[in-house]
Amino acid sequence: MGPRTESSIIVEASSVSKRFGARPAVDQLSLRVPAGVCYGLLGPNGAGKTTTLRMIYGVTRPDSGTVRVFGIDIGRDPRSVRSRLGVTLQQNVLIEELSPEENLRVFGRYHLIREPELSRRAHELIGFLELGSHAKVPVRQLSGGFQRRLAIALSLMNRPEFLILDEPTTGLDPAVRLALWSRIRDLKAEGTTALLTTHYMDEAQRLCDTVAIISAGKVMDEGAPSDLIAQRLARETVELDCSPSEEPALLNGLSPTPQRLRVGRRLMVYLDDATRLIEHIRKLDQGQRRSLIARPTNLEDVFLALTGTSLEGGV
Amino acid sequence: MSLSIPHALSVWRRNAAMYRRTWRLNILPNFFEPVLYLVSIGIGVGAYVSEMDGTPYIAFLAPGLVCVAAMNGASFEVTYNIYVRLVFEKAYDAMLTTPIEPDDVLAGEVIWAVTRACIYGGCFFVVIALAGLAPLPSSLLILPLLPLAGLLFAAIGVAFTVYIKTIDLFSFYFTLFLTPLFLFSDVFFPLKERLSGGWLWVAEVLPLLHPVRVARAAFRAEGAPIHVWDLFYILGASFLLLAWARRGVRRRLTN
Repeated sequence: MGPRTESSIIVEASSVSKRFGARPAVDQLSLRVPAGVCYGLLGPNGAGKTTTLRMIYGVTRPDSGTVRVFGIDIGRDPRSVRSRLGVTLQQNVLIEELSPEENLRVFGRYHLIREPELSRRAHELIGFLELGSHAKVPVRQLSGGFQRRLAIALSLMNRPEFLILDEPTTGLDPAVRLALWSRIRDLKAEGTTALLTTHYMDEAQRLCDTVAIISAGKVMDEGAPSDLIAQRLARETVELDCSPSEEPALLNGLSPTPQRLRVGRRLMVYLDDATRLIEHIRKLDQGQRRSLIARPTNLEDVFLALTGTSLEGGV
Repeated sequence: MSLSIPHALSVWRRNAAMYRRTWRLNILPNFFEPVLYLVSIGIGVGAYVSEMDGTPYIAFLAPGLVCVAAMNGASFEVTYNIYVRLVFEKAYDAMLTTPIEPDDVLAGEVIWAVTRACIYGGCFFVVIALAGLAPLPSSLLILPLLPLAGLLFAAIGVAFTVYIKTIDLFSFYFTLFLTPLFLFSDVFFPLKERLSGGWLWVAEVLPLLHPVRVARAAFRAEGAPIHVWDLFYILGASFLLLAWARRGVRRRLTN
């Protein structure tokens, strides 16, 4: 392991902006990732997540603002910053003709790791990500789950203090996702700081200590998932299908009028006690049992409220 | 300038690792092409040509074809192969998550293209030496020329590749640039006997002409001041084109 940084802030981005042509990708964005946390960057497609990550590891230069990683200005000394971090890109970048073992060795050489250390680390990571059964098979023949695990293994070859994961589990089956989450937790337990982007709110809620929800290149809100939920929305959610014209009747008599969110026919109503609403609706429906779901409010609701469909009822 | 030779060599190692896996498939077409020309033109056409520029035709042809083999080896690498790594395999995006910088990528790729030029040119040289067409030891001077020819065509090709937006443009590069070069660079006939004064000066811009002229001089063990110009051209053009390619690589890999 390399020497730990003195400062307890791993990433400090101060009002960074980046535009591509006329389109602002990131707009006056600031964020701080403290050491040892798992930090989630959430946002719809095109919100600026990947651009933000690229500015953090120094391949996209901000038009204005500064990014410091390990206290070092990434624009001034990208090599020494990148020698201490690992990045798993959104798209797996693997050499398909070569085996996982050979891929790891090629990648380790990018960090100037030499034999015998090179092979030692490759074997260690093959074990850690459970690639042993396929270590000598050309990558082309591996399933998506194996390829993704290898992509993550590559970014660990230099034993990074800080790991950046761009959508680590997109497109993977539930078992592989669970396995990867557990590896990320293991790394965190060893003191690795992680910054990840994801579209899966359950993933963010399970893995991340802190999340920032970004939309159109700006941070809309930041905090622990449970805090964000508590601050933004009521504790319980009732989900049901109804048309906009039916809506007033269903909510009639509830005061104050609860917050709600509509996506097509689907209506989400946020309130501290779902029972009252459910009883009210059952009474209205007179025995005809409409399908509805009562559940705890989650990060996805906060995400939709902040980035997507308009929220009615006032936050 | 931010070039780190160890990092550039790690880029070279990546290509070498892949090549070790696929060379049997890759080497054959590049290698056989000049061999086929040598047999068809040298032995076939050569039978009707008593001699050219004072030597049997096949002996006239041989040194130029060694340079063509080097040109082809480097050119395939810096055109199609770099484009595939850049656009389809995204290999450079992965490299840039490590301490590797764009200058290292360019240097590593150029050194690799030079390596392939040496492999192809070297193999071809062995073939003509075994056929008794390479007078020893003077023709051995062609061996240090191979990396220079490789460097020149790596520089030309990479300067083209990093600025184009679609892989389809390579067919222009090969049919409108490399093929005419191959046909009109002293390989098949001495330009100086077929072109008049003014045109002869224009022909000096042709990049393949210079290594071919030096290669033939090596085979004949005769040096002349013009070969200093040839070497100057090779190094100067490589330097200028690489400086230009460097801007393109940075723009392509970072933003």
